[in-house]
Amino acid sequence: MSTTAPARLSHLISIEDLSAEQVSLILDTAESLREIAERPIKKVPTLRGRTVCNLFMEDSTRTRISFEVAAKRLSADVINFSAKGTSVSKGESFKDTALTLQAMGVDAIVVRSHSAGAPLQLTRWVDAAVLNAGDGWHQHPTQALLDLFTMRRRLGRLEGLRVAVVGDVLHSRVARSLTQALALVGAEVTICSPPTLAPPNVEVWPGRWTSNMDDALEDVDVLYLLRVQRERMHRAFFPTTREYARLWGVDQARLDRLKDGAIVMHPGPMNRGVEIAADVADAPNAVITDQVTNGIAVRMAALYLLLGGGQPDEDPGGDA
Amino acid sequence: MPARAHTRLLEADDLRRAIRRIAHELVERNRGSSDLVVMGIRTRGVPLARRLAAALEDIEGTPVPWGELDVTLYRDDLSRRGPLPLGRTEFPCDIDGRTVVLVDDVLFSGRTIRAAMEATFEVGRPAAIRLAVLVDRGHRELPIRADHVGKNLPTTTAQTVRVLLEEIDGEDAVILEETSEVPA
Repeated sequence: MSTTAPARLSHLISIEDLSAEQVSLILDTAESLREIAERPIKKVPTLRGRTVCNLFMEDSTRTRISFEVAAKRLSADVINFSAKGTSVSKGESFKDTALTLQAMGVDAIVVRSHSAGAPLQLTRWVDAAVLNAGDGWHQHPTQALLDLFTMRRRLGRLEGLRVAVVGDVLHSRVARSLTQALALVGAEVTICSPPTLAPPNVEVWPGRWTSNMDDALEDVDVLYLLRVQRERMHRAFFPTTREYARLWGVDQARLDRLKDGAIVMHPGPMNRGVEIAADVADAPNAVITDQVTNGIAVRMAALYLLLGGGQPDEDPGGDA
Repeated sequence: MPARAHTRLLEADDLRRAIRRIAHELVERNRGSSDLVVMGIRTRGVPLARRLAAALEDIEGTPVPWGELDVTLYRDDLSRRGPLPLGRTEFPCDIDGRTVVLVDDVLFSGRTIRAAMEATFEVGRPAAIRLAVLVDRGHRELPIRADHVGKNLPTTTAQTVRVLLEEIDGEDAVILEETSEVPA
């Protein structure tokens, strides 16, 4: 085969570790895998005999289920290990948990942690492939990849797309991963947040920053809303949810100002009436449920590329 | 890379005639083409499937549905080879009760065909599966045989059969390459 393959992935920790070629390999693989969801039997035997452990030190039902469905559609065995009600709550250290999973011979660990850097640390302790399912305020790479995948499917391209990412950028690993991924594929990013929720070093982030929502949504192809984490309110980042909705939320009037063909995205779970008005969430150009569906295909792609083989291959061709 | 001696075995006209003959055989055996679904196995089975479907339409006067099949997810050697790039799989219609004709360029170990049969059964229950290949080079590792063969080609395992197709390679030909080493 004449096409040169991008470097083989061994873990998926951060968008920063990926090349543009690896990103497009993941998206192309997801495109091929998406069709499985439309079959009567939504399962292929590819990862039969492989074991994937969902290690969730922090609750995230949606992400965990998405990874679980992805692994099961590839016929992997799935173990769910959450911090609550397990050895972790009995005081077992993260390292001991990792070594236990290593000793059980799992092939991949999907890890969600409140500590930035935990997934990277895990790679030093285990032989399994590690997939970051969100670490602190740091990264959430599969979310960014499924968002790119959704944009590419809806809008037909990524390069040159104008994307506004709006909301609590300061505390958002989604925003960090997504803006890096968008920069990698040549999209144009505008970051919009309340001044109190802008990252301190926003000038090193890809794209421009503004606090003016109406300025941010000018001429965009994608309006990407981040979840307002209500717990932040107590720390007075903004006065009331009503004020947030008025200044940075998307209602019908703002939706109407988007250009034809523009889409609205949200990583979920949504706060209807805060960052997104209820009727906007259900509008035809809101692709939020597409993101959920596509998330499975993208996570299948990541698992396939990390686990679907032994040694890196030298000769992928050969006749049958 | 070892030096390779090339022998051209089939030219464009030979390929055209072989596909034409296979189309006639299929029509005769199935008494028409009405229940056929032609599925090309990626990569080079796909253009062959398109040509075979066109030849069937030419003979019988009605279009024959054709699609493409990527068997990577069903391979038995993924754990040795590493993750291969995936292609698209598209069945053109419901295959329940129809005769699926699998099309590939070279029949060798039979493992690709086993994977293709497994992939086919995951989307439905065909009345029958037939196999049409441009070249059968022998060395089967599984109890699989082709129903329709463009050319039987006795080979040694040190040889490689390369099928070139206009749509992918810019020309139609079948080439036998001698290798001094057995490929891994």
